[in-house]
Amino acid sequence: MSAVVQTKENYFKSANFKKKTGQAIVLIVLILGSLLILSPIWWMIATSLKDMKEIMTYPPTFIPKEWHWENYLITLQKGPFLQYTLNTLFITVFVVIGNVVANSFIAYGFAKIHFKGRNVLFACVLATMMIPGFVTLVPQYVIYAKLGWLNTYLPLILPAFFGSAFNIFLLRQFFLTIPNELIEAAKIDGANHLYIWWKIFIPLAKPAIATVAIFSFNGAWNDFLGPLLYINDESLYTLQLGLQIFKGQNDTQWNFLMAGSLMVLLPVITLFFFFQRYFIEGMNLTAGSKG
Amino acid sequence: MERIVINKPEITKKYKKQKASSSLQRKEGLQGYLFIAPWIIGFLFFMAGPLLFSLYGSFTNFNITSKMDFIGLDNFKKMFTNDPIIWLSLKNTLYYVVISVPLTTAGAVVLAVLLNQGIKGMRVFRTIFYLPAVLSGVGVYLLWMQLLSPSSGLVNTLLGFVGIDGPAWLTDPSWTKNALIFMKMWSVGGGMLLYLASLQGVSQSLYEAAEIDGATSFRKFFHITLPMITPVIFFDLVTSTIGAFQIFQEAYVMSESGDGGPANSLVFFNLHMWNKAFEVFDMGYAMAMSWVLFIIILVLTVFNLKIAPRWVHYEGEDRK
Repeated sequence: MSAVVQTKENYFKSANFKKKTGQAIVLIVLILGSLLILSPIWWMIATSLKDMKEIMTYPPTFIPKEWHWENYLITLQKGPFLQYTLNTLFITVFVVIGNVVANSFIAYGFAKIHFKGRNVLFACVLATMMIPGFVTLVPQYVIYAKLGWLNTYLPLILPAFFGSAFNIFLLRQFFLTIPNELIEAAKIDGANHLYIWWKIFIPLAKPAIATVAIFSFNGAWNDFLGPLLYINDESLYTLQLGLQIFKGQNDTQWNFLMAGSLMVLLPVITLFFFFQRYFIEGMNLTAGSKG
Repeated sequence: MERIVINKPEITKKYKKQKASSSLQRKEGLQGYLFIAPWIIGFLFFMAGPLLFSLYGSFTNFNITSKMDFIGLDNFKKMFTNDPIIWLSLKNTLYYVVISVPLTTAGAVVLAVLLNQGIKGMRVFRTIFYLPAVLSGVGVYLLWMQLLSPSSGLVNTLLGFVGIDGPAWLTDPSWTKNALIFMKMWSVGGGMLLYLASLQGVSQSLYEAAEIDGATSFRKFFHITLPMITPVIFFDLVTSTIGAFQIFQEAYVMSESGDGGPANSLVFFNLHMWNKAFEVFDMGYAMAMSWVLFIIILVLTVFNLKIAPRWVHYEGEDRK
């Protein structure tokens, strides 16, 4: 009733008004925050298009006065970036395939087959997440060195085919939501677990599989430590190593450094904008089971 | 009467099934092991094996080529008596952990609460804030070296607009670690997603009940929202502490290829370990160092787990 005969004065004290101003303040904070978050990326683009003279002028310009698109061509000519890209793609493709196949395979076993010690073993999988990677770094290097695998891609690719705790966990959580009746029905039709995993679970788990694939792509594409440790031959360098070398050769030539960085980051940024749903769903899947 | 009639055939069926299924169960069990076999092999080869090797190696003077003599506790003694850098590296690492972990956690919670206000366009904001979390590697470090450049960088330019004379981030020893923490804050959106998911799981009826009692938004946040998401805060704190202790790449790339920056201000524990292992090939010592860090992390994690019941609220617990 009071809402009908509300006067102007009352309105400013009303809950509705308070809620609206609250939302407006939040909105302003979010917009300012977004600008802050995005400004480094814009700055990278702008710097990559300036010449060194403009980069050094004070106060700095937010929009380049002259757009030097040729900076990108010069950058590409400064190093064998095409070779680096092909090398990185080669590793990335195998890492993604390995992660998708191995982790879904293992996760199916943990989610849908009953065997002795399953829970204990799964607890072990989770426990490995708590072991800092640096403890195994030196001994792993030694093992690969003794096997003669240094300066090959094997140390970078092979581990992907044996599963990783986080991905196993993520896929298992998803597989658990698929009803057992599907398996029972398929079994009556004579299907075995291998068939059910490949023909039923992988297609049904597409969103989770996509999440694993995208996280793996990102991991392999951005991996710096692995190549730094195992690759010495320049013809085998990945983009991350190439960029590190490029940094040393073009000290504070910010336009070329930013052009190079942007080109290396671009696939990840593009992938994120097209498939952000999978990034976010993957995180929700893990959060849901922890919350 | 009716009950017995219905149940009888079921009981016999169940009994028969049980008898016939023991060999079937064994077959099923074998298939289970087959499916997880890749993980077991990987665990033995990439985890358990290396851990055992490292455990033994930490008591040797292993240098990958010629030496592997058992030298007892010498590596550990050396750490305490003959390696001043290791203490500096520990100090640097602790500084980074103690400042960056609470800041990123609090930042992620606040951001998630702001994004959970039911405002239009929330998805767009969520995407924008999450973007930096997917970017990593040398490209990002180079970007931040430019952003933090004292003369031509964006950060000091923006600070200049509000009348602050920005520091020489990456060249002033007292600011280098803060520079890395600042960079870390950019990707605060990564943790935000975890919190957002858990905020959406908080029952709306709790807020409605509080509103009837006339609770302010402030009180609602501290007495409903925060307690309800403590399990996720706990998970985030534990994992990001483990992560922060292992900081390496940023320092390696942003100081001249691992030299540790001006006045050793960026020598973190793992950077020092890396240099011992792969620059001077004192691998026995490096492995001993890695165990020291592991034990520090383990003690902290156990401590976190022990004090968790005091502040982590699991829903349904008090109803038991």
